Amino acid sequence: MTNQGHFQSHYIPNTPEEQEAMLATLNLQSIDELFQDIPGTFRNPDLNLPSPISEIEIQKELSAFANNNRVLNSGASFLGAGSYNHFIPSIIKSLMTRGEFLTAYTPYQPEVSQGTLQVIYEFQSLIANLYDMEVANAGMYDGATSLAEGVLMACRVTKRDEVIILDSVSPLYQQVIHTYCQAQGINITTNSSNALSPSEKTACVVSQYPNFIGGIEDLTGYSTTAHNCGALLVVSTNPLSMGMLKSPGEYGADIVTGEGQPLGIPTSYGGPYLGLFATKQEYIRQMPSRIVGRTVDTNGKNGYVLTLQTREQHIRRERATSNICTNEALYALASTIYLSAMGKNGLRQISELCYHKAHYASDEISNLTGYKVVAPNPFFHEFVIDCPVPVADVNRILMNQNILGGLDLTNQPFSKCLPENVVNGMLLCVTELNSRQDIDSLISALSEIK
Amino acid sequence: MMKGGNRTTDKLLMDRSVPGRSGVVTPTLDVPEQTPLSPELLRSNLELPEVSEPEVVQYFTNLSQLNFSIDTQFYPLGSCTMKYNPKVNDEMAFLPGFANIHPLQPAESSQGALKLLHRLQEFLAEITGMNGVSLATLAGAHGELAGVLMIRAYHHSRNDLGRTKMAIPDSAHGTNPASAAMAGFDVVTLPSDASGNVDLEQLRNLAGPDLAGAMITLPSTLGIFDENIVEVCRIVHEAGGMVYGDGANMNALLGRAKLGQLGFDVAHLNLHKTFSTPHGGGGPGSGPVCCVESLTPFLASPLITKSGDSFELFTPEGSIGKISGFHGNFGVLVRAYTYIRTLGAEGLKSISGNAVLNANYIMESLKDKYLLPYDRRCMHEVVFSADWQKERGVSGLEVAKRLLDYGYHAPTMYFPLIVHEALMIEPTESETKETLDAFIDALVQIDQESHDQPEIVQNAPHTTPVSRLDEAQAARRPDLKWQRHEQT
Amino acid sequence: MNPSDRQYTKEHEWLKIQDSESNLAIVGITDYAQEQLGDVVFIDVPEMGSNVVHMEKMGEIESVKAVSDLFSPVSGEVIKTNGELLDRPELINEDPYNEGWILQVILSDTTELNSLISAEEYQSFIEQA
Repeated sequence: MTNQGHFQSHYIPNTPEEQEAMLATLNLQSIDELFQDIPGTFRNPDLNLPSPISEIEIQKELSAFANNNRVLNSGASFLGAGSYNHFIPSIIKSLMTRGEFLTAYTPYQPEVSQGTLQVIYEFQSLIANLYDMEVANAGMYDGATSLAEGVLMACRVTKRDEVIILDSVSPLYQQVIHTYCQAQGINITTNSSNALSPSEKTACVVSQYPNFIGGIEDLTGYSTTAHNCGALLVVSTNPLSMGMLKSPGEYGADIVTGEGQPLGIPTSYGGPYLGLFATKQEYIRQMPSRIVGRTVDTNGKNGYVLTLQTREQHIRRERATSNICTNEALYALASTIYLSAMGKNGLRQISELCYHKAHYASDEISNLTGYKVVAPNPFFHEFVIDCPVPVADVNRILMNQNILGGLDLTNQPFSKCLPENVVNGMLLCVTELNSRQDIDSLISALSEIK
Repeated sequence: MMKGGNRTTDKLLMDRSVPGRSGVVTPTLDVPEQTPLSPELLRSNLELPEVSEPEVVQYFTNLSQLNFSIDTQFYPLGSCTMKYNPKVNDEMAFLPGFANIHPLQPAESSQGALKLLHRLQEFLAEITGMNGVSLATLAGAHGELAGVLMIRAYHHSRNDLGRTKMAIPDSAHGTNPASAAMAGFDVVTLPSDASGNVDLEQLRNLAGPDLAGAMITLPSTLGIFDENIVEVCRIVHEAGGMVYGDGANMNALLGRAKLGQLGFDVAHLNLHKTFSTPHGGGGPGSGPVCCVESLTPFLASPLITKSGDSFELFTPEGSIGKISGFHGNFGVLVRAYTYIRTLGAEGLKSISGNAVLNANYIMESLKDKYLLPYDRRCMHEVVFSADWQKERGVSGLEVAKRLLDYGYHAPTMYFPLIVHEALMIEPTESETKETLDAFIDALVQIDQESHDQPEIVQNAPHTTPVSRLDEAQAARRPDLKWQRHEQT
Repeated sequence: MNPSDRQYTKEHEWLKIQDSESNLAIVGITDYAQEQLGDVVFIDVPEMGSNVVHMEKMGEIESVKAVSDLFSPVSGEVIKTNGELLDRPELINEDPYNEGWILQVILSDTTELNSLISAEEYQSFIEQA
């Protein structure tokens, strides 16, 4: 059914007749002639890809891939470690898939982008409030890269090149910080919380809150220690925990970053996620990524624009605060809708549900013989348990009962997070999506493993 | 269009807030209440709005209607490839088997995801004519950073530590020099010659033992295919450098040329441009990096490898490291995969053919009204200058703003920097001839207005939800978040 | 018109001697410069007490869509910077020769004044541009 091998994609309106008509205005006979600038030997290479398929076949093929993955909500799941299975209100998908949001570009023409711009202004406001910081940007790629950018910013602000990362920060995040700093002449060391020793050369102390294994550390101490040397305190903070926990702003953090995924964004095998970034007013000009500001139009009407653009790559080029251009605007929208729907009470209720369920679980596990709950600090919704047998075995047995266990901390690169004397460490996460039944089935399954 | 009550968009969320309203109902606690945290660990106040669900839906729906978007307007933004974003791509990404899986769940329980990613790696390698692919980079600029870090790592691995310079054309997108700087390089500017190509003589001058490489966009940001590109790559290679390809303009090359064959060593693709994934108001994107054999050991982790019948994550020996939290923007990668399967090789070639045809059609139809700084075949985008209109007192910016009144999103303005009053138009392949003709008519009319009634262009836009905004005020006295005492 | 009570550079700065005994001078940018820049939104100047060097970059001046380097017309020590510009950078646009002054400097080498140009020479220079 092809016209001399002509494939008419349903995404491409031009018919062969229309192409002919347009070519005629150019005095050309074929589309191939438009590519004459490409040297002959390199033009029209073989492109070896599977033949195109219809939407019917697409749905079959993609569903087959999708069905070959275990879905978190298909059974009890207790895996966290930087990506969290939380409740996502239905209105989020419904609103963010509106074509006016989904298929709009970055709002460089503000007169026709007030929807996107006002959303981002709201986002900035809510994130700044959540973290109790003076200003937030329009978002970055994810929690790991926004932390890395926070470190680079601290070096610029202090004009120093030594960085101390607390060893309780996610090893994945630490790796990304190293990647970002590798060509910048920045010297990174890791300290444990009781051996924190910044100097006059330290640009920043980097911590995570709650930390990678779920613990709530004393940020007051870090804040004082850092500031005494003129160093900044950079804190990567779980935004959902802000429904309950004292904010990093209240502790005196200078730069707060975070992973916005818990705020209405699916786990989605690791992305797209949403980097959060907030800081103090005095450091605005060193803050990376886009920022939206409020102003007025020629008629005095309120409106929103991208502002302080001279920080960014399209103006400052090699002297920009960052190379970031595209970020995660659609997911900033998602998390703004989430925070609007949740509101001050909803967010607190969700975080309390996480807290109580996690502590119920840890309590029950601590009563099991052979298991030990290892929580050196108070914790929010994640904690470490020491198992009687290797974690890989525990998880295999759990999976036979369709339970997804926690993170095996004995695997690289997580083994450095194992608290002292912990042999078979597993990082368990409990959220509001884990029913009592889920938790009890976990306890029951664990109790049978000796 | 005026709306009444809660459906106006003027009031911000915190100003709509009424104590006691709620936008969700959360489940009751089904486990015994536990010992609370001590009070000094808890926050006392949380400044978030209290609004009901209908209000949230009304507010955001009405906000959305203030936007131009591909679905609602022709959006000829040069260099952005604003093509149709197929809905089936979104539907597939939303499948629970993709959306509700955890990046750290065991490989055995995510073989479907891993297999899809592995196939996508293969597709992208084939499209670019390269060997290795990393899907971990989350946007084009992120891919650039990875690519130049790879070049740095490559030279360091050969103990060639003196290569401190990265050559970048004056027409390059700002992310190129910004990425090079983040990778520790000194940026040296490569001038363009009168035809808009890389100036070969200047390149030869720079091609020495301190040259790490060059970052080239092909076609260039002028929408032009540099017919000397093979020589450009050869000169850089001869000096011991590597060539980075900015794949932002790939829409012109699909099935027409392979970057690897032309001499590029490493390149990124913008899935949110060429591969139809939605822009979302500024992201998410995805910027996978493809490279030749010699650079494969340095790719950002993780890659997906096949071991027997199963797939797993893998970190290459000399990897520049992890550059993002997990494995890449999976939801975007699923969309791109779906797109490539929908089109196949013939479809991809049809994309480039029609994208380039549409751009040339526009170029031909407007070149007697708007100055063409480079009067030669263009590829998927055409750069005009509004210099003739400027002589009548109407700038490129004003032409662009007037287009908004005609119901078109403006083209890209003032880029590339080397063209005066630049207007960069990229129609893409997914627009009808009727739309292109109407757009051409609009620009012809605006040119006429620049003769007859220039003020209407100078003061544009007139029909949009807001008129020209005071950007100076926004920068001088930044108002970046809601304040409690705001009056609306 | 460019005031004749001061000297100029081809980087569009002006310098006016306030007290020749102490070599105290005041520095700003020209009317042509502010017009080319458009609305000035921010200026980054050297700290008080720091040193500036003849024809070297000493700071940056930002408009909405551009950043330009600020060059020092002379070498010397920065005595005072115009604090008003923090809150009202638009003074540079509104009154570049008076209220929009940028900094006060004590010259370390008065021979450098010979390399500066007069108001007329500056006017011809910009007319040719």
